[in-house]
Amino acid sequence: MAIFIRGLGRAALDFFADVGGLFLLGMRLLRVLPRVFGSPRLLTTQMLYMGVNSLPLIVLVSVFTGSVAAWQAAYQFEGFVPMRYLGTAVGKAIIIELAPVLTALVVAGRVGASIAAELGTMRVTEQIDALEVMAIDPVRYLVLPRVISGIIMLPILVIFADLVAILGALAVAVNMVNVSSETFLNGVKAFFYVSDMVAGLTKAAIFGFIISFIGCYQGFTTSGGAAGVGQSTMRAVVVSAVLILISDFIVATLMFRL
Amino acid sequence: MNTNTPQIVIEVRDLRKSFAGHVVLDGIDIDVRRGETLVIIGRSGCGKSVLLKHIIGLLWPDGGTVAVEGQILARMSSRELYGVRLRFGMLFQNAALFDSMTVAENVGLALAEHTRKSRGEIADMVAHKLELVGMQGTEHMMPADLSGGMKKRVSLARAIAFDPAYILFDEPTTGLDPITAGAINDLIVELGDRLDVTSIAVTHDMKSAYKIADRIVMLHEGRIIQTGTPEEIQNSDDPVIHQFINGLAEGPLRAI
Repeated sequence: MAIFIRGLGRAALDFFADVGGLFLLGMRLLRVLPRVFGSPRLLTTQMLYMGVNSLPLIVLVSVFTGSVAAWQAAYQFEGFVPMRYLGTAVGKAIIIELAPVLTALVVAGRVGASIAAELGTMRVTEQIDALEVMAIDPVRYLVLPRVISGIIMLPILVIFADLVAILGALAVAVNMVNVSSETFLNGVKAFFYVSDMVAGLTKAAIFGFIISFIGCYQGFTTSGGAAGVGQSTMRAVVVSAVLILISDFIVATLMFRL
Repeated sequence: MNTNTPQIVIEVRDLRKSFAGHVVLDGIDIDVRRGETLVIIGRSGCGKSVLLKHIIGLLWPDGGTVAVEGQILARMSSRELYGVRLRFGMLFQNAALFDSMTVAENVGLALAEHTRKSRGEIADMVAHKLELVGMQGTEHMMPADLSGGMKKRVSLARAIAFDPAYILFDEPTTGLDPITAGAINDLIVELGDRLDVTSIAVTHDMKSAYKIADRIVMLHEGRIIQTGTPEEIQNSDDPVIHQFINGLAEGPLRAI
């Protein structure tokens, strides 16, 4: 019993220490925010890495997401709902939910992990201390470009994911469900609201912030050599994934009023 | 070195630091004089590096103060602290080169970030610093392609890139073969003479300490047990110091 309570106490302390640490890092980030365009090369490097280099993976994931969404929807619709609504259902699901969340989870695994591993290694090899000694604020130099790039690039990746997933769904609809491309696309267009798109992209920006910010925090607070870097990387992915799903629910309840 | 009226430039007063209940520094007082090379010796894990990191504000004390030129670090705004740090250079234990950057980018980073010099001017200054440490022509190499000794040299070039008034050395010779270690020691002495800097080094390499030190401070169990010239330390009758500087297994200290 005593061990259980001690464990609980330690977990609670760790949790509040992390909340406090995230808050402090957030404050330091806000303070250097005006200098975001001071070093454009830092930002473009990160945007290239996070956005452009993630694109092939996102395209691959999106094709299959769209395809399976179309196939499963068709299976549910069979005999109950006219197939001209297939495009509507699949399109909405992709734009509002599937593309932002799956893109975010994939990017959390790819980019969030690599941010935590890179900054974690820089921490344990004293490279972050070296920046401090050179009077270069590591929050401005390392965290700011990554977080801003996450907020910008995730929505852009999601636009590609939307497009590719709908094309994947279209291919399945035409070749495997026997719905003409015209019928499918009319279905997508019929109930397309700009507000859905805005909601999906807003989510994406929030997810982009979560992934990069959590990755940076985990990297910055790394200690204990190679094992510590491994722990931080794992935590960056797990914490981002959980926060993505929780914030997805919160944003959904705020943006879609019944 | 000006021996008549030595000016105190760095003052450490009653510095205390614990990590998770374990006392590492237990009331340290040190005065560093302008132009001297002060070497802090002590066993591995005795808090030498921790002490060094307090001097440049990478760690903050639980109690006591560190003052640079009369200004207490803990009372500074972050802008003022960065201003002080610009006058420091530091050679880290494992060099701490930025491994995503070339040698030239490493050495030139502070210049690129803090000055409005052109690329050409920075390249010239980088080349000059690399020449000082005997690494000319390595500008385009990556840190991963360098040996341990070469990394330390590049790191030293980076530390002196901004023409610092103070250089901190964290175990400058640890992990190097004796010849390379000797070369690094010569380099430290030579740079000290040429650049007119005040240096603080921590090490447990006594050969290195004797070679570079004007004064030596022995740290033991979180306290300073003796301060003196290399000769005074060598002739000390303190059993702990005697055991440490002669590397004896038998004595008041136990091997860890």
